[in-house]
Formats: sequence, C-alpha cells, structure tokens
Amino acid sequence: MLRHLSLLLAILSFGGCASTPTTLYDQLGGQEKIALIVDNFIKEIEFDAVIFQHFKDSDVSRFREKLIEQLCAETGGNCQYTGDSMEKVHTGMKISESDFNRTVDLLINAMTKADVSYPLQNRVLAKLAPMRADIYQR
Amino acid sequence: MKQVRFLSQTFALLLLTQTTLAGEGKLLATAGLTQLEGSGGGGIVPWATVAGYDSEDEFSVAAFSTQVNLDDYRLNAWGVSVGIYDRIEISAARQTFDLTSLGGDINQNIFGVKTRLYGDVIYSAWPQTSIGLQYKKLQDPGVAKLVGAKSYDDGTDLYLAMTKVHLGALAGYNLIWNITARATKANQLGLLGYGGINNNHYEVMLEGSLGVLVSRQLAIGVEYRQKPDNLAIKEDDWKDLFVTYLPNKHVNFTAAWAQLGDIAGAKDQQGLYLSMTGYLW
Ligand code: HEM
Repeated sequence: MLRHLSLLLAILSFGGCASTPTTLYDQLGGQEKIALIVDNFIKEIEFDAVIFQHFKDSDVSRFREKLIEQLCAETGGNCQYTGDSMEKVHTGMKISESDFNRTVDLLINAMTKADVSYPLQNRVLAKLAPMRADIYQR
Repeated sequence: MKQVRFLSQTFALLLLTQTTLAGEGKLLATAGLTQLEGSGGGGIVPWATVAGYDSEDEFSVAAFSTQVNLDDYRLNAWGVSVGIYDRIEISAARQTFDLTSLGGDINQNIFGVKTRLYGDVIYSAWPQTSIGLQYKKLQDPGVAKLVGAKSYDDGTDLYLAMTKVHLGALAGYNLIWNITARATKANQLGLLGYGGINNNHYEVMLEGSLGVLVSRQLAIGVEYRQKPDNLAIKEDDWKDLFVTYLPNKHVNFTAAWAQLGDIAGAKDQQGLYLSMTGYLW
C-alpha cells in the first residue's frame, strides 16, 4: 500500500514539473484547435434535444466568439475574455445538475472529435470546473 | 453450482442493463462501483458517492454481483441499491460465504442506508462527504458460535466517508481517493459474528481507496481496509489491487487481486475478485 502511494506521489510531482514549460493552450494546438473544439461543441449542442432547448434563442456567433476567447484565456493563451461574467450569463436559466453534466459530456465529445488526448481533455475540464458554482441552478 | 449462479446472475444483469434507460445525469465513473456489503463504493470500501447515475433530480436502481475466490473459501455477494436525488442510497445485499475446504456455508443479509451530507465528488472544494450504516443479519450463526463471537445474531456498522476526484491531477489523468472511518464490532464482515474475547466494543477502523482513471473507460487502483481483531483466531487487514472497466453508464466490471489475510484459522487467504454492477434505471 505504502509503496503504491509513494509511486503515485512521485508521478504526481513529476506531472507538476512537466506542465510548466509550455501552456495548456500550446499543448492543445493553439487557436485553430480551440476553434475546432468550439465548432464541434456547437454541433453537439444542436444535435442534443435537451441542451439545445437552452440555446434555441441564442446568438450562436456571439457564443462561439466568447467561448473561444474564454478557452484561450483559461488555458494560458494570449487572449482577453470580453464576454459577460458566467454568473450574469447563466442566471435565470435554471440549469439542473443533470443538464450541466450532460453539457460537460457534450464538451468531452467535442474534444474527442477534435482529437484532443484524454489527459489534455481532463486538464481543460479542470480549468472550467471551478466555474460551475456560477453557472448551474441560478 | 455456485459458479453457475454467479455467471447466470452476471449475464442476466448484462441483458437487463442493455435494454433499459438508466438515470444518466452523472458523469461517467462518478457513480463508482458496489462494494462487498452492497453499498456504493470501491470494491471493499464504502464511498461517499451515491450508487447509480442519478443526479439531483433523478433516481436510479443498480444491481451487483460479486465473487471472491480465495484459497480456502469463496464469497458470493449480490444485491440491489436505489439512489434518490444523488442524496440517499438504500441497499440490500446477500452474502454467501462458502467454506470450500471444510464444507458448508454462512449466509448473511445486509441492509444499508447512506446519505450525502456535503459536496460533489468533482466540483466542490472539499471532498464529497456521506454517512451511512450497514445492518447485518447473520443467517447461519453456527461458525460464529464456534469461534467464540460474543454476539452471533446481528450487528450494525456506522461509517463516515469522504471521496474526491481531482481532474487532471496526475499528469492529466484523473485521480480519485476515498477515506472511510467505520465504527464496527463485526468479525470478518459479520460472517463470524460480533465481538469476542479480545474486544467486545465498537472500534473505529480506517479504510481507503486510491485510483487513477487511465482512460475514460479504465480505472486502476488500490484499497486498504483495517479490520478489528476481536476473536482468539486472528483477523487481518484487507487489501486489493483493482482494474475496472466502465464501457458506459449502464454497466461496469471489476477484477481485483484480493489479499484478505488469515480468515477463521486459514492462513493468508488471497484470490481473484470479480464484480459487476449494472444500472437498471
Ligand atoms: C463550465 C461550463 C460552461 C462554460 C465555461 C460556459 C461558458 C459560456 C460562455 C463563455 C458564454 C458566452 C457569454 C457571453 O455571450 O458573454 C455562454 C453562454 C451561454 N451558455 Fe454557457 N457555459 C457553461 C455551461 C453552460 C450550460 C451547462 C448551459 C446550459 C445547459 C449553458 C448555456 C448557455 C447559453 C444558453 C448561453 C447563451 C446565452 C445568450 O444567449 O446570450 N452554459 N456560456
């Protein structure tokens, strides 16, 4: 047990060092890849009857532009997020927990279809996860 | 015979889960597995997670079947659990402990409830925390009497569990850990009764699991479960190394190598643990 623990800790600390030289943004493949993820995500939403309900009156090109900015900024790219705060945007939508998780599943699909590796997907999700409190059940 | 029963249970579960629509509001893998006593958990440790893929506005039903083939014994367990609004879990399980070397078996029924007190296994800052209890009713007290258990009728374990997933924490891989404190008097899960000559009080035992999701569908990990040592015959802590395959939100399969130490006088019991949980609704 202890041996496994220390092995895991060792891997953990190496992981910490390995991620410092380049940004997550660069490892993903920059602006082009982020735009592809967002385009895939929009397609996933359009084909999902449940989640699309929330978006049916939305301005898709604005959503696309702001989400690309946000993903770029969150992953350490050289961008400025110019959209509204997560709290302001999603308040009043009454997003349930299952809708939230379903949307995360759609984002995972979008990244998988954009050939983003599993570890990079997890690291993108880790950047967005803290925003949940501002987004759901508001 | 027992082997056939395990296989047919597993197969029936598989068929059922392919055709029904289960609660799917949780992320893949966050429902966990079903532990030996029927609670949502890892393999031998109950976790703070609520069994089933229900979210805050859904409910779920899960069923499991587990077999552990040890050197001198075989443990079969199966049961069902209901998850309500990702808040409450109610479970019922039946264990059959075959004394393959000696002949005969010991049966035990276990009823469990668990409630989530705080948090979300992924999103909250602190770990998801739950409390639960497992009420165990021994059906065959003969062996418990023989080994000197103080009580061989029934007993209740109480536990507090904390579970957390760290997204991408291990070089991009998701890390999951759980720690459980259990107050218990049970000898070998209760199969050998409660209390004994060494101790007849509740004691707090620590149990832990640590796992890594090496892909969306595959988890590997280790578990450790501290055990009381109430009887004149020795009882050891349990540990296992597991691999879990989660193809989708309907079913998961676990294979583990279990090291359960001395059991009722038989030394160093080890063996293969096979388990399946199917999510029916
Ligand atoms: C971590 C998860 C999420 C992130 C990072 C996120 C991010 C964003 C961003 C950047 C925008 C554009 C803001 C702007 O126009 O200024 C937006 C808009 C929007 N989001 Fe989210 N979102 C998340 C989850 C969700 C979920 C779960 C839903 C619903 C199921 C949702 C529904 C919407 C809708 C409908 C809009 C468009 C609002 C409008 O029409 O102006 N979002 N989101």
